[in-house]
Amino acid sequence: MKPVLTCRDIKVDFDGFYALKGVNLNVFHEEVRFLIGPNGAGKTTLLDVICGKTRATNGQVIFEGSGQIDKMQEHKIASAGIARKFQAPSIFPKLTVFENLELSVKQKKSVWALLTAKLNSEVKAKIDYILEKINLQNERNREAGELAHGQKQWLEIGMQLIQEPNLLLLDEPIAGMSGVEREKTGYLIHDIAKECSVLVVEHDMDFVRNFSKQVTVMHEGAVLCEGSMAEVQENEQVVEVYLGRGKKVC
Amino acid sequence: MEAIRFNFYKIESVRLRGREVAVVKNISRSSYALLFIFLLCAPLFLHDFRVALLAKFLCFAILAVGICLIWGYTGILSLGHGVFFGLGAYCVAMYLKLEASPTGIPDFMGWSGIVELPGLWKPFANPYFAISAAVIVPVLLALVLGYFTFKNRIRGVYFSLISQALVVVFVTLFIGKQEITGGTNGLTNFSTAFGISLTNRGVQQVLYFITVGFLLLTVAFALWLTKSRAGKLLMAIREGENRVRFLGYNPTSFKVFVYCVSAALAGVAGGLFVLQVGMISPEMMGIIPSIEMVLWVAVGGRYSIFGAVIGAILTNSAKSFFSESYPDFWLFFLGGLFILVVLVMPNGLVGLGKSVGEKITSRIKKKEKEDVQHEAGPYVS
Repeated sequence: MKPVLTCRDIKVDFDGFYALKGVNLNVFHEEVRFLIGPNGAGKTTLLDVICGKTRATNGQVIFEGSGQIDKMQEHKIASAGIARKFQAPSIFPKLTVFENLELSVKQKKSVWALLTAKLNSEVKAKIDYILEKINLQNERNREAGELAHGQKQWLEIGMQLIQEPNLLLLDEPIAGMSGVEREKTGYLIHDIAKECSVLVVEHDMDFVRNFSKQVTVMHEGAVLCEGSMAEVQENEQVVEVYLGRGKKVC
Repeated sequence: MEAIRFNFYKIESVRLRGREVAVVKNISRSSYALLFIFLLCAPLFLHDFRVALLAKFLCFAILAVGICLIWGYTGILSLGHGVFFGLGAYCVAMYLKLEASPTGIPDFMGWSGIVELPGLWKPFANPYFAISAAVIVPVLLALVLGYFTFKNRIRGVYFSLISQALVVVFVTLFIGKQEITGGTNGLTNFSTAFGISLTNRGVQQVLYFITVGFLLLTVAFALWLTKSRAGKLLMAIREGENRVRFLGYNPTSFKVFVYCVSAALAGVAGGLFVLQVGMISPEMMGIIPSIEMVLWVAVGGRYSIFGAVIGAILTNSAKSFFSESYPDFWLFFLGGLFILVVLVMPNGLVGLGKSVGEKITSRIKKKEKEDVQHEAGPYVS
């Protein structure tokens, strides 16, 4: 099977400190891939490299349909079909929920296209569909900044979904969510995976165990191992570096 | 039962919110209507001198709308709009000056010993060229400067500093090249356009109405722009430029666009200004006027087009009132007014009006909610 995304030997050098030391990663169609690892393992940096926020010092990022993308500008990478949800909710607080989604809809993104864009029934239907998915129908006309933290997280996920990406990068999507919200988000992620591949960075082990199939463990800027959560938990190296120091993951 | 009650309140709150939106819409519509009715009737009850002053303020209002778009909506603080205003004014003034020079060479050039009209001036003998240049020249400058600064992601206070430097460069250039630009005196001593005397009372009135017309067009355009999806994206750039970038937009093109729009409006304002005031000098496009322009918008309310318009008119009216009544102290009054606005109403006059309005509607809403609860009581419990 051909992967959607291939990272080859990615290195990132922050003034002598290697945040990534040659990472190889493949993400496949309709896959939910979890990236786990202790603090400073380079998980977020890897997402940054994929979406263009940080430039790799070495290595290649290859995206299906666009070829090598690691030299492309951020907005071009996004247009190519890679959507990124940041760790802290990154939305437009003074715009309404509806407007946040309206701007995110997959559309031509030139100045002229936006000047002449009309809010037609097709766009409205798309927004309604996403609003229902992220459970914010009743908040559509509220300013996004007024939403609760968990709702902001959902809104940002919704903004990524409505772009109809081929690959969705989620950085700690359930941070700051309550138990019920976490569960909903987990199902939402699996729902999303029917239409695009998802790469999730997550810290919450219960969440990973409940909602993961494939897990990639990172440690100090390199991939340690890959496999199902059960397999990964058995791996002695993982136990040592990540779960270790006397504690066992359970 | 809990669920029903929950939903019920949600629907109720949406309904109230809808009504609130409608009320706000009505208020804003009627304030625009009142403003333009006042402006159209002003010549009926104001002295000619006052009408001329008001016309000048309306030119400033056109410029203020441009600043509101780039600063209030997009969050880019330009402290150099005096340059665009000045360029627009100079373009029109060059035509007026040539028309007022019977020898074909402006008087100040003769003083510097120039006997042949410089090539730069030649096309400005054509009024249509001059008028279009009043818009095109500022836009081109904004395009080039904006492209390089925004592309290199120069933002915030760094951009403001660059815009100030632009002012210094242009003022120095215009003063230094006295034989071409008229130096510190600028361009003045002209009184006809298309062979018609500009000081004629009737012509002054026509020019006043033309200015009102331009302001109306400017406001209509700005409202259309801010309501369009592009306008929402401008606000999105203000709120989070990186988010915009990772949604697949190139913020550079949108920022250059809004910079050009505001430069064009400043150019139009400059052109209309010089027709009515009869002079333009480097002093009028310098650092102090450039900062004052931003202050008009701050006083009126930078997040509102209406605020920018009334800010420009009221601040300048206050300025001329104080300078007439208390010639020694007017600068202190003006300074005090600005400090007051910044401290007490950060969102300007419009923000003040809005917060008062909100207090009233929230009181009404509270009362309605109480009534609703009373009525709904038997159904949900």
